[in-house]
Amino acid sequence: MNAPVSWAGLGVSLLLVAVAAGISWWQRLGLQRQILIAAARALVQLLLVGAALTLVISPGRSIWWSWLWVAAMLAYAATVAHRRAPEVPHLLGLALASFTAAAVVTLGVLFGLHVFPLNGRTLVPIAGMMIGNSMTATVLAGRRLTDELRDKRDEVEARLALGQASRQAATPYVRAALRAALTPQVETTKATGLVFLPGAMTGLILAGTAPLQAVLVQAVVMFLVLAATATTTVVIALGLIRRLFTPDHRLRYLPAPADQ
Amino acid sequence: MRRYAPGGRGQRAEVSGLQAVAFEFERVTVVRAGRRVLDELTARIPAAGISVVTGPSGAGKTTLLRLCNRLDIPGAGTVRYRGQPLDELDPLALRRGVGMVFQRPIPFPGSLAANLAVARPEIGPEVMAAALDRVALDPGLLGQQASTLSGGELQRMCLARTLVTEPHALLLDEPTSALDGQPKLAFERTAQDLAAQGITIVWVTHDEAQAGRVADRVYQLRNGRLTCPAAEEAGPP
Repeated sequence: MNAPVSWAGLGVSLLLVAVAAGISWWQRLGLQRQILIAAARALVQLLLVGAALTLVISPGRSIWWSWLWVAAMLAYAATVAHRRAPEVPHLLGLALASFTAAAVVTLGVLFGLHVFPLNGRTLVPIAGMMIGNSMTATVLAGRRLTDELRDKRDEVEARLALGQASRQAATPYVRAALRAALTPQVETTKATGLVFLPGAMTGLILAGTAPLQAVLVQAVVMFLVLAATATTTVVIALGLIRRLFTPDHRLRYLPAPADQ
Repeated sequence: MRRYAPGGRGQRAEVSGLQAVAFEFERVTVVRAGRRVLDELTARIPAAGISVVTGPSGAGKTTLLRLCNRLDIPGAGTVRYRGQPLDELDPLALRRGVGMVFQRPIPFPGSLAANLAVARPEIGPEVMAAALDRVALDPGLLGQQASTLSGGELQRMCLARTLVTEPHALLLDEPTSALDGQPKLAFERTAQDLAAQGITIVWVTHDEAQAGRVADRVYQLRNGRLTCPAAEEAGPP
């Protein structure tokens, strides 16, 4: 590594946390305690993950440990998505299914077609980026679709009353939800390199990789994230339609978030 | 009051004349938020003419209509259409055969043609124009955005949209509550024409004067039960 960070360096960087806490104190935001706790918590979590990753992806370790790590990330991400949008029914199971589907598609392409060599050092970070970036889109899509169907119940039922099947009646709202969930990612993809330098690329360059090589990796990561968000959101949307309508094509009662 | 006989003629049986039953409710109960909206309701609604259902707000009139095309299902009891229990029928075919016009007109995005196409995508401009003509709307409006129509026109457009599925029964849920004067009377005339063409009409309204103008029979829904005072005076069917 060309730009290693020593423990002393890490200690010095805590000055930046002090700057944030100082601004909070100066402006009487009352956030000093939270800033310090957040920084400490992030540091402990990262150190624990680093230690665990060292074990999981160390040379000679079976790749199955890495797969186990990926499975645990999938399960944890599903619980986080469920916690973030409790008003979306059945989100836990659907999020798990959608992350799994995205993992099959994206990891299948990247490793099946040998874009990256399959080992712990590539599998774990790539799966992590895929899941982390899909989570926001998943929550957005689930929330938007549930809101649309609840708020436009009259319109949906008018379509059902004309003899449309539930899937057909829901199509305009599924499209709206998918567009809303995917647009931010598309916009981010468009602005990459011009407006900001993405994390993976920055990390690689800091770690000493040649910029062109870092760009190639970043491009693959962007495409990975695009495919992952598209896959997770479409699985969430189609899965939700099956849950929000009855088999005899009635829209189930959807309580407003305040009613829950 | 016209008398009628029990149904049981099967889904495809011809329903004609005054004796046939369109909808039959047998001990139908609907409970919502702990309240019995319909309480072991037993009644028959004939196929012929316009059957008006009146009753106080919250009496369950809309629920009664929604049961007829299975947008809702009862907690207990059986609803039959032409003698067939609804849960034995294909809900999509049932809804095309038993159309519903809601209290508030609900236009879909786009032109009138786009709205009619939601109901039946395969129909051409001629069928669409005929559908508008049938509800006394100018067929020249087909290309116009639905959102630009007046309230009365919009409600008739919704009726036309329902009619393109060629229903044999229509459920009208206070369709003229937002209309007055000429548009209301025009809607009533259209509905009467449709009834004369053999379409069963079940019409929920608060408006007693309207009930007097359009009803072949009037039912009252009160305390979860449906009664037909005129029929009771004439003796049991």
